[in-house]
Amino acid sequence: MSSEHPTRLPERDRPWMMRTYAGHSTAKASNELYRRNLQKGQTGLSVAFDLPTQTGYDPDDELARGEVGKVGVPISHRGDMAALMDGIPLGEMNTSMTINATAAWLLALYIVAAEEQGVPEDRLQGTTQNDIIKEFLARGTYAFPPAPSMRLIADMIAYTVVHVPKWNPINICSYHLQEAGATPVQEIAYAMSNAIAVLDAARERVAAEPGGGEELMEEVFGRISFFVNAGVRFVEEHAKLRAMAILWEELGRERYGVREARHLRFRYGVQVNSLGLTEAQPENNVQRIVLEALAVTLGRDARARAIQLPAWNEALGLPRPWDQQWSLRIQQVLAYETDILEYPDIFEGSKVMEGLVQELLEGARREMAVVAEHGGAVEAVPYMKAALVDSHRERIRRIESGEQVVVGQNRFVESEASPLTADAEGGILVVDPALEAEQVRALERWRAEREEAAVERALAELAAAASDPQGSVNLMVPTIAAARAGATTGEWAETLRGVFGSYRAPTGVGEAGAAPADADLSELRSEVGRLQERLGRRPKILVAKPGLDGHSNGAEQIALRARDSGMDVVYEGIRLTPSQIAASALQEGVHVIGLSILSGSHRELIPAVIEALREAGVQAPVVVGGIIPEQDVEKLLGAGVSAVYTPKDFDITRIMREIVALVGDGAGRPPLAASGVAADSAPANGAA
Amino acid sequence: MSEDGAALGARLRERDLAAAPAALNLLESRAPGDVREAAELLAQVSPASLGREAPAHVIGVTGPPGAGKSTLLSALLHAWREQQRTVALLAVDPSSRRSGGSLLGDRARIEFDPADRGVLIRSTAAGERLGGLARATRSAAEALAAAFDVVVIETVGVGQAETEIAEVADTVVVVVQPGAGDVLQFLKAGIMEIPDVLVVTKADLGEIATRTRRDLASALRSLGAGTSVVSVSSLPPPEGIEELLSQLRAHREGLDLAERRLRSRREGALTEFATQYGEQGLRSLGGREATLALLAQEPPGADSASLLAALADRLA
Repeated sequence: MSSEHPTRLPERDRPWMMRTYAGHSTAKASNELYRRNLQKGQTGLSVAFDLPTQTGYDPDDELARGEVGKVGVPISHRGDMAALMDGIPLGEMNTSMTINATAAWLLALYIVAAEEQGVPEDRLQGTTQNDIIKEFLARGTYAFPPAPSMRLIADMIAYTVVHVPKWNPINICSYHLQEAGATPVQEIAYAMSNAIAVLDAARERVAAEPGGGEELMEEVFGRISFFVNAGVRFVEEHAKLRAMAILWEELGRERYGVREARHLRFRYGVQVNSLGLTEAQPENNVQRIVLEALAVTLGRDARARAIQLPAWNEALGLPRPWDQQWSLRIQQVLAYETDILEYPDIFEGSKVMEGLVQELLEGARREMAVVAEHGGAVEAVPYMKAALVDSHRERIRRIESGEQVVVGQNRFVESEASPLTADAEGGILVVDPALEAEQVRALERWRAEREEAAVERALAELAAAASDPQGSVNLMVPTIAAARAGATTGEWAETLRGVFGSYRAPTGVGEAGAAPADADLSELRSEVGRLQERLGRRPKILVAKPGLDGHSNGAEQIALRARDSGMDVVYEGIRLTPSQIAASALQEGVHVIGLSILSGSHRELIPAVIEALREAGVQAPVVVGGIIPEQDVEKLLGAGVSAVYTPKDFDITRIMREIVALVGDGAGRPPLAASGVAADSAPANGAA
Repeated sequence: MSEDGAALGARLRERDLAAAPAALNLLESRAPGDVREAAELLAQVSPASLGREAPAHVIGVTGPPGAGKSTLLSALLHAWREQQRTVALLAVDPSSRRSGGSLLGDRARIEFDPADRGVLIRSTAAGERLGGLARATRSAAEALAAAFDVVVIETVGVGQAETEIAEVADTVVVVVQPGAGDVLQFLKAGIMEIPDVLVVTKADLGEIATRTRRDLASALRSLGAGTSVVSVSSLPPPEGIEELLSQLRAHREGLDLAERRLRSRREGALTEFATQYGEQGLRSLGGREATLALLAQEPPGADSASLLAALADRLA
């Protein structure tokens, strides 16, 4: 044993920052949850915002319907932010906010809330996710077109590096790329390309900032952190993180001239994989989460700075505080009971680990070159999106064929009834639907009590700064002023939409390749051909995502498989209102409508879509897919839905076969309310 | 069970826009019962039934992918609606059929108010030939022209696309983006038919947009074409839309509409006859020119389905 390579550290390492991604219902309810979590030994906050807040709409907007307080907390103005952080000392807290398109606005509200607590902005610590490219690629909560979105990010970086120096203005996310199907190579390459786009934009902005200049790029580079994913193949996943650290340092030295070691360090937070979590036998997700946590903690040289773990029941619905506590306890057992924090890097000198890292580095460098050829990450969004859709399709194919084993889902599926999901709500959190109306009333009160003229003035200044073609005012400045004046999230975003315009990201499905035709698919194609002869024209399906939920991976795969089955597919991407869906269904003359929702707003939105379809006189049957709790399936069938598909229906060709049968069976008839679904059988097929 | 084609046609004749989706379902169908009903529908909107040519301005819009057609159409749609003109947009999607199926993504790219009953957007897959018009698109344009103020047929491509669209549209608009050298070459080489209006998008790009406009205008002049060249910006607020609208209007007003529509119906019937009965069918009627001569004997107010039926009768 040589003295240069001691087996043990002289002192046990400090654990990483432990967080729980949390927030729901109201600012007050979320504040109580945060305080309880901090008492349980959580060391930082991770704020989940609801979809209206993430996409820049107030709770009273048509698009917010059914989404208020669902996947996170609704924050409309500084009053909400003050209530959210009530009694939490912002000078000491480290707060991570999963917020992107509206990140500048939420940071401004946080700065103002701190001000009200008497804490100056330069003491604030935390992170705004603020990564818009991955929103275009995978997550869907964008609000503005690419160019002005990048300007907002650059402005935030330039502002924080001077005024909020301990803030991480952006977390480059590879997390969502893996959720969208990225291979490890794609995850590394696209995240690094994304970082280059952000840093290049920031370099220009920082140079223009009063008191800024080239030398500030050291600081800027040092403040960029990553938000990564780790899947259950945890050895390769660990290698991926080591490869990212190497590329990051290289990038800093070579492209941005960064010299100081502390600025070159690859810093990342992590939320481990949700894509691999199953609805079938959901208790197995606990061991998946533990193994994934090892990927980001085992090797000291590439260990996470902050970790949040998903809950075991994510594929079923929204997790309850108890479910999240379980995930926090996993972290605490790892950090305080095991010995992983006692050693130097345990993979140093491992031939296998080095080999894996080399493989990934080579692949990632090749893919980064392709993105660069497209003109960089912003220009390459359509290319990357299509590549992700293709990878995801391949992943699904492997699971369908059984090549990739998913325990409890495509193998070892026999199971005892689970006591964990036996309660009335099926072991998940259900947000009170009355909250939305309350939130709308509270917003009306807020608007009535504030000084209207001051808000109008502040928003006019924001609009002026945004429309200035030179961009001479950093947008953070009028944004903070508008936050102080009492403007709302929807007003801030609407003002900028008025200047920047709105945007629809590419769907990636048009460019994606065709699936190799296996026997099942070939048989289905013949079936579609026969149906076409009966109908007189090619079967046509509308695939639509109502509401604000931007998780479009499932809808994209359904659209692709429908096309590969021989159907004509109308797919318009995310964020559609019930009236838009009804207009499309009517005008396009579709034979069937597939709706996808993952945000938990199906109870409100699906009946609203069905009503809009009936009003428009559309007769086509409706099927629904998404994270739909068992006890909601009956309700949806009762509302006129013909079939409901959930994450345990992983065989898309089978879903397609049932949809084709549904069209053939009910051609011309009004949608049928199918009878019930047995607890453990496959979901009802309306045609059966 | 087929929809009642005559009733739908009568509703379109009365400019009942709500009849349009069901009419399109019928016109797209190849089921024998539907084909008969579709012929009934078209007879109801024939010039003979209307007592004039269908009133809509039928505009074909084509251009290479990425030229900015969707942005342009969004702006045009908005302007037409401000003038209270109703619009039907037939979007022919270029995506080649794989396994027979198609992804029709075009309506996502066009901005319009979904609650507005004065706008209809219908996507169809391109025909079996690359860049070809879907078979039903011709009859859809013919039928919807009776009910809407503007009917737009949007296709993608350069070279073949505007030839096909010229058979159907009153006015052919080709959309190019700055620096589109291939369009210039195609024009000079005669690979591409001369459009009625040429739009250069992305005027906000400055010098390169101005140069593209100048080069195209001088190439068209040297070919002796009367094509007007219009620049429009792609960033809001759109500039150049007013000029484009007035060029479209001027072209339509200068047109011998009856002559153009009559030619369109005859050529449409000929193309459809050739598709259904092939070379052999055409030869039995004495070849292409002889078939056109046969069509010329039919009444000028006949719809394309009646013309096709007249040709088919001669085969029997």
